[in-house]
Amino acid sequence: MTAATTLPNSLRALPDERGHFGQFGGRYVAETLMPLILDLEREYRAAKEDPAFEAEFNGLMTHYVGRPSPLYYAERLTAYYRERAKPGFGAKIYFKREELNHTGAHKINNCIGQILLAIRMGKTRIIAETGAGQHGVATATVCARFGLPCTIFMGAKDIERQQPNVFRMKLLGAEVRPVTSGSQSLKDAMNEALRDWVATVENTFYIIGTAAGPHPYPELVRDFQSVIGKETREQMLAAEGRLPDLLIAAVGGGSNAIGMFHPFLDDPDVAMVGTEAAGHGIDTDKHAASLTGGKPGILHGNKTYLLQDEDGQITEAHSISAGLDYPGIGPEHSWLHESGRVRYVPITDVQALDAFQLCSQQEGIIPALESAHALAALESEATALPQDKLIVVNVSGRGDKDIFTVAQALGAKI
Amino acid sequence: MSRLTSTFARTRAEGRAALVTFVTGGDPTPADTVSVLDALVAGGADVIELGMPFTDPMADGQAIQSANLRALAAGISTAKIFEIATAFRARHPETPLVLMGYANPMTIRGADWFAGECAKAGVDGVICVDIPPEEDAELGPALRGAGVSLIRLATPTTDAARLPAVLEGASGFLYYVSVAGITGLQQAAQTSIEAAVAKLKAATDLPIAVGFGVRTPEQAAAIGAVADGVVVGSAIVDLIAKHGADAAGPVRDFVATLRAALNEREKAA
Repeated sequence: MTAATTLPNSLRALPDERGHFGQFGGRYVAETLMPLILDLEREYRAAKEDPAFEAEFNGLMTHYVGRPSPLYYAERLTAYYRERAKPGFGAKIYFKREELNHTGAHKINNCIGQILLAIRMGKTRIIAETGAGQHGVATATVCARFGLPCTIFMGAKDIERQQPNVFRMKLLGAEVRPVTSGSQSLKDAMNEALRDWVATVENTFYIIGTAAGPHPYPELVRDFQSVIGKETREQMLAAEGRLPDLLIAAVGGGSNAIGMFHPFLDDPDVAMVGTEAAGHGIDTDKHAASLTGGKPGILHGNKTYLLQDEDGQITEAHSISAGLDYPGIGPEHSWLHESGRVRYVPITDVQALDAFQLCSQQEGIIPALESAHALAALESEATALPQDKLIVVNVSGRGDKDIFTVAQALGAKI
Repeated sequence: MSRLTSTFARTRAEGRAALVTFVTGGDPTPADTVSVLDALVAGGADVIELGMPFTDPMADGQAIQSANLRALAAGISTAKIFEIATAFRARHPETPLVLMGYANPMTIRGADWFAGECAKAGVDGVICVDIPPEEDAELGPALRGAGVSLIRLATPTTDAARLPAVLEGASGFLYYVSVAGITGLQQAAQTSIEAAVAKLKAATDLPIAVGFGVRTPEQAAAIGAVADGVVVGSAIVDLIAKHGADAAGPVRDFVATLRAALNEREKAA
C-alpha cells in the first residue's frame, strides 16, 4: 500500500455536488455572491483537470515554498514521554515540519493555490481576512509574488496584539484595513471581507484562509493543503516502511488538520486527533472549542458547529492563540466529528503554553501557539501508546510571532 | 389572497408604487420598536420589514450593523421579535409584516418551529439574506407549508440563467437588490434599475420591490415610476440612531415625505 486509497464507501469522496459534508457545508451566501461562487467552482474543476495548473502549483511548492517539508523524528521528546509512561509505552513521535515553509506556516500552500485560481479567473484584486496575521502575511506574500494589489481585513484588537505581522504585511505591499465592528477579531474580519467582496465581485478574488466558508472553499482549501498529508504518507513509508498509527493536528478553522488527515481518511488503522482551543476551559465562557462546546448552525457561508446562544447569536471565542480564536470550524471537521472518524479533544491555554516551552527546550523548535495545541495532546496520547507505535504531529507554524504573547502570559518582560 | 398580494394589488390600482420600510427589531430597545412600527404605518408605509438582529450581519452596512448591536445590547431576542410581531398584527390587521434577517437565528430551533411562529404571529413573509435558492431546503418548504411567503432576492449579478431558480418557490414579492454591495451605501444608476426591473417583469408576475441605497423622496419617486415597490431602510435606521427613544415622530414625518413622493407619481400619471 503506497498511495492513498479510495474505498467504495470512501470517506474521501465528499463534499457532494452541492458542497455538503453530510448535513454540513453548503453555500449560505447572499444572492449577489452566488453566481461568483458557482463560477469559482467551475473554474476549480477545470483547474484540477489541467496538467499545466498542477505543474505550476507543484513548481511553486518546490521552489518558492520550499517543499517537501521534512518529517522529523523528535527523539528527545519521544524519550521525555517514555520516561513518564509505564514500561514499554511512549510512542515514537515525528513532526511534520510545516513551520519550515516560506512565511513560516502551512498557510502559504493554500494561498499559492488560490492565487493561481484568481489569475486563471482574470481577477485583478485580492482580499483576505486574517486573525493572527499568518494568513494575511501568506496572502500578501503571494500577491507580491504575482503583482496583484491586496487588501487584508484584520480586527482592530488583533492588529494591536500582532504588530509584527501587520508590519510584515505592509512591507509586502498590502493594505491592512482595521475592522472595528463587532468583537474586532477574526470573525468580524471575515464579515468585513465578505462586505467588501459583495461590492467588488467583478474584479476581486477572496482568498479564504481556512477550510471553511461557502462551497467550494472548504474543498479547494483542503485539496491545496492535502500536500501535507500526501508527503507525510510517503515520508513515513520511507522512514518506517509503514503508515503512522496516530496523527495529531490543531483545529481552528482546521486547514492544517484537514490537509494532514484527508489523505489518510480511508486507512482505518490510522487514528486521528484534532485539538480544539479550550482557552480558560470548556466549562467557562472563554474558549474556542466549537465542536466540544458548540452546536450546528450557519455562519460565513457554511453550516457547521458554532459557538452560539439559544437564539443563534454567535458568541465570542477566546484562545491565547489568535489563529484559533474563531467561533466556528470547517464543515468537514464537523462531519468527521459526528461520524466519529476523528477524535477532537480540547486543549487549554495553559496546556498549550506548557507544550510550547517543552517543545522549545526538548527539540530546539519554537512552535506556533496553534501548533502547541497539537503538541499538548502528546502528554496523554504518546504515553497511552506502546513504544512501537508511530505518531505524527503537524507542527503547522513557527512561534516567532507568539513570543510577545507567551512572554506576557509567563510574566516575562521583553 | 395574502396581505402582501392584496396590498400590491391595491397600490397598483392606485397607480403608485408601494412603500416598503425597514427597521431593525429592538432598536434602540424592544419597547421603542412598538412606537416606531406605528410611526411607519402612520407615515404611510404599505409594507413593514422588521429586521431580526444578528451578531454578524455581513450583508449590512454600518447603519444596520450598529442597529443590530444596539438591539442585541438592549436585550432583543427571538421571543421578543415574535411578541412585537404579534402585537403589531393586533394593532394593524391590514398592514403586511415581513421578517428580514440571517439564516442562523431563523433556523436554530428548526425551520418548522420558525415558520410556525411566523404564522402564529401574523407574519406574512420572510426574507433570509444568506439562504440562496441552492439551500432552499433549509427554510423554504417549512415556510410554504405554513403559508408564509418566502421573499427572494435578485441582484445585479443574477443572470437570466439563474433567475428561474430564484423565482422558483418565491411568493409575496421579489426584492431587487439594486446594487452589488451592502445596505445603506451607494445608490444605483436609475437607468440600470429600469433595465433590471424590465427584465424581471418579463420573467415573473410577482410585484418587484427595489431597495439598497434608496435614501431620499426623490430617489423613491424615480424608482417608484418603474417598480411596484420601493424599499427604504438605512435612512430610517439612521433617524432612529439619531433620535433614540424619541424617534417615532421624526420617523413618521420622514416616511410621510417618502409616501408623498410616491403619491406625486400617482397624480402625474
